[in-house]
Amino acid sequence: MSRETLAAALLPSPVPVRFLAEDGTRVDEHGAYTEPPSERLVEAYRLMVLGRRFDIQATALTKQGRLAVYPSSAGQEACQVASALALTEADWLFPTYRDSVALVARGLEPGEILTLLRGDAHCGYDPAETRVAPQCTPLATQTLHAAGLAHAMQRRGEEAVAFALIGDGATSEGDFHEALNFAAVFKAPVVFFVQNNGFAISVPFEKQSAAPALAYKGVGYGVRSEQVDGNDAVAVLSVLDDAVAHARAGRGPVLVEAHTYRIDAHTNADDATRYRDPAEVEKWRAADPVRRLETYLTTENLLSGEDIERFRAEAETFAAGVRDTLNADVEPDPLSLFEHVYAVPTRQLAAQRALVAAELEAVEG
Amino acid sequence: MTEISMAQALNAALRDAVKDDDRVLIFGEDVGPLGGVFRVTDGITADFGEERCFDTPLAESGIVGFAVGMAMGGFRPVVEMQFDAFAYPAFEQITSHVAKLRNRTRGALSLPMVIRIPYAGGIGGVEHHCDSSEAYYTHTPGLRVVTPGTPQDAYDLLRDSIDSPDPVIFLEPKCRYWSKETVSFTRDGAAMDRAVVRREGKDVTLIAYGPMVATAMETAEAAKAEGWDVEVVDLRSLSPFDDETVTASVRRTGRAVVVHEAAGFGGYGAEVVARVTEQCFHQLHAPVLRVTGLDIPYPPPKLERHQLPDVDRILDTVARLQWNDEPAVAGA
Ligand SMILES: Cc1ncc(C[n+]2csc(CCOP(=O)(O)OP(=O)(O)O)c2C)c(N)n1
Repeated sequence: MSRETLAAALLPSPVPVRFLAEDGTRVDEHGAYTEPPSERLVEAYRLMVLGRRFDIQATALTKQGRLAVYPSSAGQEACQVASALALTEADWLFPTYRDSVALVARGLEPGEILTLLRGDAHCGYDPAETRVAPQCTPLATQTLHAAGLAHAMQRRGEEAVAFALIGDGATSEGDFHEALNFAAVFKAPVVFFVQNNGFAISVPFEKQSAAPALAYKGVGYGVRSEQVDGNDAVAVLSVLDDAVAHARAGRGPVLVEAHTYRIDAHTNADDATRYRDPAEVEKWRAADPVRRLETYLTTENLLSGEDIERFRAEAETFAAGVRDTLNADVEPDPLSLFEHVYAVPTRQLAAQRALVAAELEAVEG
Repeated sequence: MTEISMAQALNAALRDAVKDDDRVLIFGEDVGPLGGVFRVTDGITADFGEERCFDTPLAESGIVGFAVGMAMGGFRPVVEMQFDAFAYPAFEQITSHVAKLRNRTRGALSLPMVIRIPYAGGIGGVEHHCDSSEAYYTHTPGLRVVTPGTPQDAYDLLRDSIDSPDPVIFLEPKCRYWSKETVSFTRDGAAMDRAVVRREGKDVTLIAYGPMVATAMETAEAAKAEGWDVEVVDLRSLSPFDDETVTASVRRTGRAVVVHEAAGFGGYGAEVVARVTEQCFHQLHAPVLRVTGLDIPYPPPKLERHQLPDVDRILDTVARLQWNDEPAVAGA
């Protein structure tokens, strides 16, 4: 391929890929992308209902002091759910602190997901078993891990993909750029999925980047790039399915930017009215991804009123389970502090463990 | 058996590790056909192929973060940071991820990887090529930090580090790359985590590591003329710290001086002094003293001789330990 054709092949579509208008009617702004099979769309809808309910429940638990903090992904359900649905069990997911709903959709236990935010443990699930890396707080660092792990899997002949989630603000960090470059040079099977939700805490996208869209950032590294309407679940699923297939086929990494919006504040601890107009939030509420897909599937007779009721009931039961799990007080063992610092324990830590053990004994005894 | 340099000993360790374990991969900047700027990886790509030893894009955070992913994926990366001060872009990956992943995942994931860093001065390098950065790494739980002072230790420590299930910061004293000795390639596995008494003596213990081991040995020789019998302990492992070996030595001699090139303030030597004082207080005839680099950014080459502890400066400090069992006066 000549350099010119290569550059053209890497370019994202000029407008975000879209199958559904905001009112749920079908539009033709999806180029060569095809609509995913209806069972996948219904499953996406079910998980979005579940995810939204989970998100509301987790937010409520912060108010009751059960969680230290919770970064909501309300409004980003299409992105969250599609991230999980695009992957097989063999693929690795690299989530950030905001991507708890993606982990719910991946099938992880809510109690295990929320141990991080509850403050019990840094990671409540087993990453080796679930193939979900610990939710990453230092921004953009996980994108390099995804590139490295993708390269490792490729070398071992596994046909698996690493899928890295990242926010718009974090794309300004150096690690993101290093990761795109590494992945492209090594032709690593990794998908970088940017959820551009408009804000990095209080900083709006216009102050974050002057690029026409973050998707254009892939082209300079030789990474195939795409942009998609992040509130259109049909489009996100279709584009991510395609991106994962591209990476899996050994054709190199892909960068996808989803244009979406953060409906709630950065976390429950943040006051969003200080930096944005409530009218803007209302405008985006009208673009709600869950309602949009619901309208479409209902109109197409792919979803009945009974289905909707059933999914909502399932979500209620799920939320009740989350509440029960989080209401049970689990006191982590202080001596576990000394575990897993090193594979081969050091004498220094053994001495400090003895000290804490003696203190505990004095308190209890 | 012929004598080889420390750089050649490190090269031999890398080759033997690549030969013995398919999971071992070497990568970094210029480590491929060029063999690294200090030639530590010389010929490895030619002999084992690009698959096993390869150049990466020029990005330190990228190299370490990529290595994290590869270690998660079952490999054992041995990466090179070209120079001490150029590892700083990777500092976040090292402290936030390399050091913590095992703990964060409660043992589910481990990162057996080695980050090789040519460090410290004494080679007339221009700025940013001569930092002694050990305190940054030793202050980070979850890392093992080692530094060889001799070619034999270079071989043994690097092999042990590559085999270690824990991530290791491997500090290579640049000014000793060309020092030579006869090296045996049979390992006893005893170098890791353990300090060693390099020279026995009964009057005072010099505690040194990496580039300062040879300087401490020279000082011990010179001290004979002054009638002092100096013991030299080479720490080798900066973290974890081998209290046993150090404490036993200081209890025998009753006096200790810690020597390092890095700035003294808030430095590694303060940790050593504290530990020795806590454990040997009743055997000490004088306060434990330090000889360190100045608290300044590493100076330009024409001035570096003022920065580096040398035999005279160490001997002067030893003299301050007073041999008449009177307490020494700090700052005298
Ligand atoms: C390296 C680093 N710097 C700063 C922070 C503090 N911080 C946490 S979230 C955040 C904003 C991130 O915004 P974005 O990438 O858009 O993701 P979003 O939270 O909107 O999903 C900042 C600055 C951090 N976590 N890591």
